Amino acid sequence: MFSNFLKELKNAPFAAQLGVFIIILYLIAAIFAPLIAPYAETEIIGDVWEEMSSKSWLGTDQIGRDLFTRLIYGARNTISIAFVTTILSFFIGICGGFMAAVIGGWIDQGMSRFVDIMMSIPILIFALMILSVLGTSTPVLIGVIAVLDSTRVYRLSRAVAMDVVVMDFVEAAKLRGENTWYLMSREVLPNTLAPLVAEFGLRFCFVFLFISSLSFLGLGIQPPTADWGSMVRENSGAITFGILTPLVPAAAIAILTIGVNLVVDWFLHKTAGIKDS
Amino acid sequence: MIDLTPKSERLLTMKGLCIQGRTGETWIDIVKGVDVHLNRGEVLGLIGESGAGKSTIGLAAMGFARPGCRIVGGELDFDGINLRTASPRQLQKLHGKRIAYVAQSAAASFNPAFRLINQFAESPVQHGVSSYDQAVEDGKQLFQTLNLPDPENFGFRYPHQVSGGQLQRAMTAMAMSCKPDLIIFDEPTTALDVTTQIEVLAAIKHIVKRFNTAAIYVTHDLAVVSQMADRIMVLRHGELVEENTTRDMIETPNEQYTRDLLSTRTYRKEPIPLIETESPILEIKNLNAYYGDFHVLKDINLRVRPATTMAVVGESGSGKSTLARCITGLLPPETGSIKFEGNALPDTYKARDKEQLRRIQMIYQMPDTALNTRQKIGEIIGRPLTFYLGMRGEERDKRVAELLELIELPVDFADRKPSELSGGQKQRICIARALAANPDLIICDEVTSALDELVSEEILKLLQRLQDELKVSYLFITHDLATVKAISDEIVVMLQGQIVEQGPRETVLTPPYHDYTDLLLSSVPEMDPDWLDNLLKKRASN
Repeated sequence: MFSNFLKELKNAPFAAQLGVFIIILYLIAAIFAPLIAPYAETEIIGDVWEEMSSKSWLGTDQIGRDLFTRLIYGARNTISIAFVTTILSFFIGICGGFMAAVIGGWIDQGMSRFVDIMMSIPILIFALMILSVLGTSTPVLIGVIAVLDSTRVYRLSRAVAMDVVVMDFVEAAKLRGENTWYLMSREVLPNTLAPLVAEFGLRFCFVFLFISSLSFLGLGIQPPTADWGSMVRENSGAITFGILTPLVPAAAIAILTIGVNLVVDWFLHKTAGIKDS
Repeated sequence: MIDLTPKSERLLTMKGLCIQGRTGETWIDIVKGVDVHLNRGEVLGLIGESGAGKSTIGLAAMGFARPGCRIVGGELDFDGINLRTASPRQLQKLHGKRIAYVAQSAAASFNPAFRLINQFAESPVQHGVSSYDQAVEDGKQLFQTLNLPDPENFGFRYPHQVSGGQLQRAMTAMAMSCKPDLIIFDEPTTALDVTTQIEVLAAIKHIVKRFNTAAIYVTHDLAVVSQMADRIMVLRHGELVEENTTRDMIETPNEQYTRDLLSTRTYRKEPIPLIETESPILEIKNLNAYYGDFHVLKDINLRVRPATTMAVVGESGSGKSTLARCITGLLPPETGSIKFEGNALPDTYKARDKEQLRRIQMIYQMPDTALNTRQKIGEIIGRPLTFYLGMRGEERDKRVAELLELIELPVDFADRKPSELSGGQKQRICIARALAANPDLIICDEVTSALDELVSEEILKLLQRLQDELKVSYLFITHDLATVKAISDEIVVMLQGQIVEQGPRETVLTPPYHDYTDLLLSSVPEMDPDWLDNLLKKRASN
């Protein structure tokens, strides 16, 4: 399977290769953070907003911690939380969406209208509200964002499943007497996998940006844990002095988002069967 | 090649036509050096099974290759214009004005958002043939010529407001709007009922003759093409099998393949004695069903005997498929009872137990949508074995292999996916899936109508053999009378949700007929070039 992937990658367009390269680079940084980082996560090594130097490659932050170190630890926290959140959000969204499509009727109506109500409230404000009530521990953060984000996944998975449940093979399985779980997992899921995987890549980016914006607003990952969103916020004062420090974590966010999207585009292109003529 | 009508003027010449189609990364030949010529006012029939390349050749006559296809060789000359070197702009000027195309499904080809007359007028106005008002007047005349109802106002309807047969005629009118030299008909009646097909065939035949238009008529139905064409080309696997004038082709075919095509629809089941006292396997009494307020099934009564085939015949909209939905429990009936071996079945499939579900199985019209393309054949056939009979592992694999043998497919198909199979093979897999449950009754919903004739005849023979061996009953839903004649023991004729006639095959299909049965029977095209003309004369005189 891995060799297959390498072969595919070799024939992939340059943009996709670049995307894969970016993602791998970030993953290595996240996994081996303590080995790569020159200093400890919260260690103060110098003055506030020091220039880039051989001592600290990207300079220091607002209280004199090494920015490069913080960036690497930030990758670890931000990416892993975003990943877990996206998986949870997909689990909830797909289960709900498929159930609505397969069972239909009042269950579909009830769930869909509930999701409509959820979606009519701006997600950021909704999240801020809930987080300020429930507190900002990591499990709460993951749970709240996953539930809010799963409404979007619900809409997509219901829509793609609707196209599948009208097929005769689903009717045949229903008439065989199969239960809802079998219909969802064996008949519908394999036929909707392509758009859902593509959506996974996109939603991962959105979740990631969302966590960053929550952190920027002070309700995301709490200090002194390093994370890119809060790093942008904490260092934002530096902009007024013409110091580029806050732009570095912002760039880290931007580059990963672009990398994931390049890979998603490639995947969509492959599975949608769009061929250059 | 013999030029059979040398006196009239040559309109289209295609020499050594080679067309390739793309599968994945490779190009394969789908038309392998076919010569086609056509004179003004002549109608050429292209006939063959799916994959014979007949539609592709039809499109090539417009200088067009479908996406994923390319014309790689041969001369393409239309009235002195080389279609292969013509620019897209030149082709655009030809299309619609001098060469027109009538597609298989008119319902899918019209834009539902515009009135018919505006779609009709688009081509003549675009090509500068006439003004809009003139085009509308022409349209009314053409609608009249094509026997469409209320020709003055017909064009001001939207596509969904007219029937399928009318829409197909409206499309023929549209093709005629610029009085083209050549029209390509691509299976224009395949999606229609026999009674509607007659109207469309008569209309096409009349209008082509009247305007002396040349036509290429593409179809898989030899009986239909023999009504329409002056000359027939039989194609197979992208090559020409035989070419001759229609009459000679029907009377003295030279090739075995043509003879095979001619002799389809001759299969007949041996009549079996129907014992009246025997208890029926399925008994329906006073069944009424509704879609909302619409009364779809009106007072249906029928009995299916064990190990026999009951055919339910009717046109689209007659309620025959709805009847299947009631029996399987997808549509709960309003009143009436469905009894299986004397025991009443619950109204919905959800309320039925595993054993009741197992004993009634279903085979669908479209094998493409009836099989989950993400599952292997072994999984598709094996699932009912596990689900109903609790088979697992080796026992299950063995039974899957047995079932594959039973439906005359290689055992190693178990590892394949549906997409690797042909239409006929897929339908066999659907049969195997139904058989895996060891059912007592199989409902066959138009199981052969999506297949080529030779293939569907094989399927019918297979179903019959399985009935003889396994003593299973069939409820055979179809609009095709040839199928009914071939396989039924008893026949139920349905019209607008009611049973108009029922009885043993010999009784229903022997004169004197019921009026509606007579209409259906007489509408089935025969392999006789004069059949349509005679029929129309006869109906006009009545």
